[in-house]
Parts: sequence; structure tokens; C-alpha cells
Amino acid sequence: MNSAPRRFAIVALPYAWLLLFFLVPFLIVLKISLAHEAVAIPPYTPLFVTGRLYVTGANYLFLLGDPLYWKAYLGAIRYAAIATLVTLLLGYPLAYGIARAPARWRGLLLMLVILPFWTSFLIRVYAWIGLLKDNGLINHALMSLGLIDAPLRLIDNDFSITLGLVYAYLPFMVLPLYAQLEKLDPALNEAAADLGAPPIRAFWQVTLPLSLPGIAAGILLVFIPAVGEFVIPDLLGGPNTLMIGKILWDEFFTNRDWPVASALAIAMLLLLALPMGLVRRQLRGTGS
Amino acid sequence: MRRGLSPFIVTMMVLGFVFLYAPIASVVVYSFNASRLVTVWAGFSLQWYGALFANEAIGRAAAISFEVAPMAATGALILGTLVAYGLARYRRFAGRTLFAAMATAPLVMPEIITGLSLLLLFVALEQAIGWPAGRNIFTIAIAHITLGVAFVAVIVEARLASFDRTLEEAAADLGARPIRVFFVITVPLIMPALAAGWLLAFTLSFDDLVIASFTAGPASTTLPMVIFSSVRLGVSPQINALATLILIAVTILVAGANRLLRVR
Repeated sequence: MNSAPRRFAIVALPYAWLLLFFLVPFLIVLKISLAHEAVAIPPYTPLFVTGRLYVTGANYLFLLGDPLYWKAYLGAIRYAAIATLVTLLLGYPLAYGIARAPARWRGLLLMLVILPFWTSFLIRVYAWIGLLKDNGLINHALMSLGLIDAPLRLIDNDFSITLGLVYAYLPFMVLPLYAQLEKLDPALNEAAADLGAPPIRAFWQVTLPLSLPGIAAGILLVFIPAVGEFVIPDLLGGPNTLMIGKILWDEFFTNRDWPVASALAIAMLLLLALPMGLVRRQLRGTGS
Repeated sequence: MRRGLSPFIVTMMVLGFVFLYAPIASVVVYSFNASRLVTVWAGFSLQWYGALFANEAIGRAAAISFEVAPMAATGALILGTLVAYGLARYRRFAGRTLFAAMATAPLVMPEIITGLSLLLLFVALEQAIGWPAGRNIFTIAIAHITLGVAFVAVIVEARLASFDRTLEEAAADLGARPIRVFFVITVPLIMPALAAGWLLAFTLSFDDLVIASFTAGPASTTLPMVIFSSVRLGVSPQINALATLILIAVTILVAGANRLLRVR
């Protein structure tokens, strides 16, 4: 059997596509992050001029020197970390409940979690503006109930950004948790109960340790995209929100400084390289 | 004997689903509100739907999104299926690790990095070889295919790994050429995954703001880009109406995809 040429025929096209449109673009980002900004089209200096290599670390030094970028970098990590923790606390009982629900309900409940994931991300974030703004639904309800006299500041702050992240990424936490919890045999908990463990103890010593792979997958799937998030800080955060994704966007579209935007992208990738490598491991683990 | 769910779990589930659906419900309800204000219910009205259909900018953008998304979904389906087949059937070949890494990385890559890097590639290519000449719906489609390949590959690979290969072997033993085996045996068996993958790639493309913003040209503004610039200015009843229409379409599609994936 001539399986080698056939294998080549199947793999070559997607391989070439991914090299050209996935790998090469990163090398270009890296290259431009080492170039100078220039008033030209495109707005950066060439790396090679008549055979000589021109590179500069100026963009990275600029990022290191300006506390704005540090704050945006750390701000993104902080928002993402808090949001990941909240999605875990909220998502775990939800996933557990679905996994233990009667079989005829499980499909429907699961679909109810998946449906928002398919629904427009932008629209789901936008929906919160109408609820949170000063003359929005929540403030209106609280004031008509007489609970508050003046509107609460619910939008354009840390609260609204965290809320938006939790809301948008909750399905990413619930699905891997459910996949893991569904595999657990309820008989394990019954055995623990028969041996005299109260439900709380059975949970801590049996269910929780066995669901750790699902927890790890959920944490990674929420944390990674949350760090790079742009839409949520832009729509729900104020104009001064410091998150690296928003700063990158502004550098690129407002300041038109492509080299600094590229350096920011490389900095974000360095931060996410380890968690992204772990995701691949997790996916492989659950696949086989 | 199984015990029922504890009251704590049931409460958390109810709260969780209310949290997931209340904002969406508020958008739907207010799309039918005669008043512009979210705090005033001025009666049932379809006026925002009328205004939406009369809005030319939104109409043009929707047409562009409906052009890009099928291209992106079909391209992603073909390439993603090849990736899945290559990874599921060939356990070792030169460069397999890099191939698998490149195929799954876009799943978790922040969109802003994917968008920026693809734009820089297009600009560099245009400088070097004159292609692509400017940015248009095709550059958006290329970017969305690259994103969608990873999602299609994951779905199809799971399906390929789970089905009975003896059918393929039997067809081959009976003299069917590999390409015939693939189209007569393999494709029908993985059809639900192919359909779900295409739908997911379509939705990802139709919904994407960030990557499209980087890779779109001046004449190829997509629907999410128009929604975004309108939403940045505040709540708009027309966007509520548009959101409701998108929600209805997505619900029908997901219910359909769910059925496809469950029929085995």
C-alpha cells in the first residue's frame, strides 16, 4: 500500500494553511515588535535594509518604562483571576446539579448552558449595559422598591468588568466540569455515606478530588481568553480601564503604533504560553 | 437508590440559569417596547423592527456577514476535517507535534492576537508579492477559516476516534479505493460532526468582532462591527430588535445541531 503519498495528500494542504496563516503571522508580529515606528505605509521601519539587520528593543523598553503598561498587564491578570474564581464557585454547583439531574432533564439543562455560548458574545455583553447603567433596569427596580434613593454606580468600574467576564465565560467553566462530573459513579458517594461520611465530607474527600481534571480545564478555558479580552472592558469598563487587550486595541487603532501593539501582543503571549500549553495537554488527556 | 438533589444545588442551579438568561430576556422584552427608555414600558410595538429593516448600514453589513460566514464555515469544514483525519488516522509522521499544536492553539488564542497577527501577515504579503490587494471579505474569510479549523478539527476528531473502523476495513477488503471508502463509509458516519462543525464555524464567523475589525477593509464592515460601533454609543432599541432576531435564529440552529449530534 502506498500510504505515505496518501498521507501527504491529506495532511499537506491543512499543514501549509496553518503554517502560512497561523505560524508565520506570529513571526511577523515578533519581527515588527523589534522595528521602529515610522511615518510610512505600513507604519514601521523595515528590518533588513541592503542586507543589514536592524532590530531595536526600544518598544519593549518603552513598555517596561511606562507604568501604564504594567498596570494594564497586571490588571488583566487580576480581573481574569477573580472572574475565573467566581465562575468556578458559580459553575461547580451548576455542573454538579446537571450531572446528577434525572437523565431525561440532563440534555435540556445542558443545552440551556450551551445556548448562550452560541449566542452572539457582543449581544450578551451589550445586554448588561441596559441593566447596569445609572437609569437602567436594576437601579430603577431598587429605587422603585425604595431600597436606595440615588442610583448605584454599577457600570464602568471593576464590578461591571468582573461581572461581564463571569457572565460571558461561565459556560466555558460548566462544560468541562460537567464532562468530568458526569463520568463519576454516584455509587462512590453512596459508599462514602454507608461508611459514615456526612455529605460534605464525602464531597471534599471523594467528589472534589475526582473532579480536579475538569476544574483545571475549566480554569484554563476561562482564564486564557479573559486575559486577552477587549469587548468586555471596552463596553462595560470606563474609558480608563486598564486591561492589556484594550490597551493593545487602542495602541493599534487609535495611536496607530504597530510596533508597540506587536510588542504588547508578544508580552501577552509570554504570559499565556504556559497555560495554553497546559490546555493542549488537557485536551489530549480527555480525548484519549 | 439515588437521592434527589440537595436544596442548595437546586437553588444554585436556578440562580445560575436566571443569571444566564435574565439579561438576554431583558433585551428581547425591550425590543418590543414602544418607548426608547428601558425603565418605561410604553406598550407593545414593532416599530424598532421596522426601523431595523429600514436601516441601510445594518442591511449592508448583514449582507457582508452572510457572504463571509458560509465561505469561512465551508473552508474550515474542509481543512478541519483533513486535520482531524490526519491526526486520528496517522499516529506518527514528521512534524505531527507542530501540526497538532497549530491546529488546537486557535481554540484558546486570544482573538486580539489572532487578529493583529493576521493583519500584519496580509500587509507584509501585499508588500512582498502584491497579494492580497487591500483587505476585503476574502481576508476576513481567510482569518475566520483559520479560527474555525481548530473547532471543526476537535469535533470531527472526537467522532472519528469513537466509531467502528471495521466498516472502513470491510469496504477496503471488498476492493473499494481509499477515496471511495472515505466518501461512502466514513463521511456518512461522521456526518453529524461535520454538520455541527460547519454550524459552529458559521456562528463563530458571524459573531466575530475582534478578528474582523483587524482584517476587514473599508468596504467590508461586518454585522458585529456595525453593532459594536452603535452599542458603544449606548443602548439602542434597534440593536435590541436585531439581537432578538439573532437569538431566535441561533436557538433554532442549536436545537437542530443538538438533534444531529444526539442521533447516533
